[in-house]
Amino acid sequence: MKLMLTQEKQATALLEEETKAVSGAEALIIGLLEEGVETIFGYPGGAIMPIYDALYDYQDKLNHILVRHEQGGIHAGQGYARASGKVGVVFATSGPGATNLVTGLADAMIDSTPLVCITGQVFAHLLGTDAFQETDIINITTPVTKWNHQVTNAEEIPEALAKAFYIAKSGRPGPVVIDITKNAQIQKFDFAGYKPCNHIRSYRPKPIVRKEYIEQAAELINQAKKPFVLWGQGVMLGSAEQEFKTFIEKSGIPAAWTILGAGALPSDHSHNVGMLGMHGNYGPNVLTNECDVLIAIGMRFDDRVTGRLDKYAKQAKVIHLDIDPSEIDKNVKTTVPVWGDCKETLPLLTELVQEKKHTEWLQRFREYEAQEVETVIKDELFPTSEELTMGEVIQQLNELTKGEAIVVSDVGQHQMVACRYAKLNHTRSNITSGGAGTMGFALPAAIGAKFGAPNRPVVAVIGDGGVQMTIQELGTIMQSGVDVKIIILNNQFLGMVRQWQELFNDRRYSFVDITSPDYITVAKGYHIEGKRVSKREELTSSLEEMLNHKGSFLLEVMVTKENNVFPMVPQGCSVSEIRLK
Amino acid sequence: MTDQKHIERQEFNITVYAENQIGLLNRIAIIFTRRKINIDSLNTSPSEIEGIHRFNIVIHETEEVVRKLAGQIEKQVEVLKVYYHTNEDVIWQEMALYKVPTDVIAEKALVERLLRENGARAVVIRKDYTVFETTGHREETDNLIKVLQPYGLIEFVRSARIAIIKNSEGFNRKLREFEQAEPGHEVVENEYLNNRDKVFTM
Repeated sequence: MKLMLTQEKQATALLEEETKAVSGAEALIIGLLEEGVETIFGYPGGAIMPIYDALYDYQDKLNHILVRHEQGGIHAGQGYARASGKVGVVFATSGPGATNLVTGLADAMIDSTPLVCITGQVFAHLLGTDAFQETDIINITTPVTKWNHQVTNAEEIPEALAKAFYIAKSGRPGPVVIDITKNAQIQKFDFAGYKPCNHIRSYRPKPIVRKEYIEQAAELINQAKKPFVLWGQGVMLGSAEQEFKTFIEKSGIPAAWTILGAGALPSDHSHNVGMLGMHGNYGPNVLTNECDVLIAIGMRFDDRVTGRLDKYAKQAKVIHLDIDPSEIDKNVKTTVPVWGDCKETLPLLTELVQEKKHTEWLQRFREYEAQEVETVIKDELFPTSEELTMGEVIQQLNELTKGEAIVVSDVGQHQMVACRYAKLNHTRSNITSGGAGTMGFALPAAIGAKFGAPNRPVVAVIGDGGVQMTIQELGTIMQSGVDVKIIILNNQFLGMVRQWQELFNDRRYSFVDITSPDYITVAKGYHIEGKRVSKREELTSSLEEMLNHKGSFLLEVMVTKENNVFPMVPQGCSVSEIRLK
Repeated sequence: MTDQKHIERQEFNITVYAENQIGLLNRIAIIFTRRKINIDSLNTSPSEIEGIHRFNIVIHETEEVVRKLAGQIEKQVEVLKVYYHTNEDVIWQEMALYKVPTDVIAEKALVERLLRENGARAVVIRKDYTVFETTGHREETDNLIKVLQPYGLIEFVRSARIAIIKNSEGFNRKLREFEQAEPGHEVVENEYLNNRDKVFTM
């Protein structure tokens, strides 16, 4: 019945074509412009052709970046969103085009990245008939989207798009898919103009902050002898970096970060005590089990952060600030929940907390740090061994960029090294796949990051495994002319898995020995300058050459093969059982 | 609430108020399936308010898990509100239909008495078969199956559970609050925090 109605409508639409002003596809493009979209990452195909046809007339206003694979497109969208704080927009066609987005959607979902993905779909009357390039993308993407919606009628497009942007960026951000059937793209209708959405009755992005919980939290903090702050990406997603800094500086509480939170407080801030979790710093992990009040801000107690939960901060009272109520009490039982937008809750809390120094307590972190420097960091950043280490590459990079660059990392050992050691002066400077751990993320994400923050240097740090997963995006760099510096840390292994096999599987190296192409030649094929370095005395000058090069540059650094990332909280262990070697 | 109650698995009635939206059932269902939780009973139908659907979902789980599920369901954009209750907190019924041969019923007075005892009433009487209907708890509708089996029960079907929450004020007022762009302070947003245990101690 519904199908017949749609077909009828289509027929009427065709008859009345002269009187109708705008096609669904054009209304979509106008809507994107109204939302302030400047950049789109996409790949055309049959079912999204009408949208690309409409885009043809708007090339002066919308910068469409043609990627080489839809996965590259969505990771670029993620990099764009993470660097700029704006919504990333991605186009893909139906069927395989849309399914290629799934990994990126899952990644954006778990890392709370605002995306609006527009997928083409077969004609509405063909839905459910196994038509060419038809896949049920709504059902496929349901678990990995904050919201998704199929549009079969052009008139619904403006409203659906407005809702998509509102949902993607408000509350706890996330990815949204709008699937538009081809007939709806073609269909012309009376377009009354685009109205942005700011209210959906079934959706409350953030609550009214309840002062009594702020008061309770402040009371706990004021009485605490050893308070400890853990912060996550929520601080950045809420654009509350300044509010956060003020809170930390007034309360004097040592603060540690999750990898997605890195950079919200500068690396060299006096109260930044380092990274949490499996490969985090020594002090923050050990002292999690010694603090008396744990204040979690915009983080979700991921298992990579907490280690064994039943031995996690059991002695501490826990204050959890989060915008997503389903995160409160999910993994760690909260003493005082502060549900709300940290942009609002942090200033309220700052007002009520006493000005303190916590000098001795902070000193404890520094003591552990000194031990870590002695046992781990010194050899990693300033090695005396013959072969290069990943850490010294990051260290040299820090020296040259002075912490001003956006560092985009892939997944694995190099990611942990990059996150641990990269100096970050600014927020939104550490872009990496956190929750999902998506190999192949960095190269396309770096492209997106550069478009999102064109005035900042963007350095992608990638392993020899991950780079081969999305290496086709060198083509996107070639065609768009985007300036991305690529460092491949080549240890000729899938290093993180190899490290686990060494430590936990009696060195049974099962399929972790990976070969690489000649990356310099590959880059050359894409007209990208490249260089390989394996000697310490050439490292700094090579990095300098890369950074000073006009346009993209690929630097392959041959690093020691069997190096391990330490410290490490082995799986199933408590954070205080962290190993230095 | 004792810790015991948190870790004991029992039946929970989850009530969801949501927009009538294509795909929402799937969105809700996968929140259970991703945790490998079986839905024992699921009823979805229009509520007393136009455009708002009410889901009644029954699962056997610990309160700890149910609370997290409820939070994750309520997080869905098109879901307005989620409640969960134990069986003691709700009045619930299931409906069942039984098809039996008419000749047996007509001949045996005993059957009539049994039906009466079980609160069944005839919905359709035809020459060849009769359809009875009853409502009640699972054991009650189960019991009538056993009773009718010897008399040639031809077909049986049972509905999902529907449940009324004993101490609820309905959803009308709440919906009006949702419809306002800016919620007032009395609004329920922090409701579950209100109800949480007073674990805060100094």
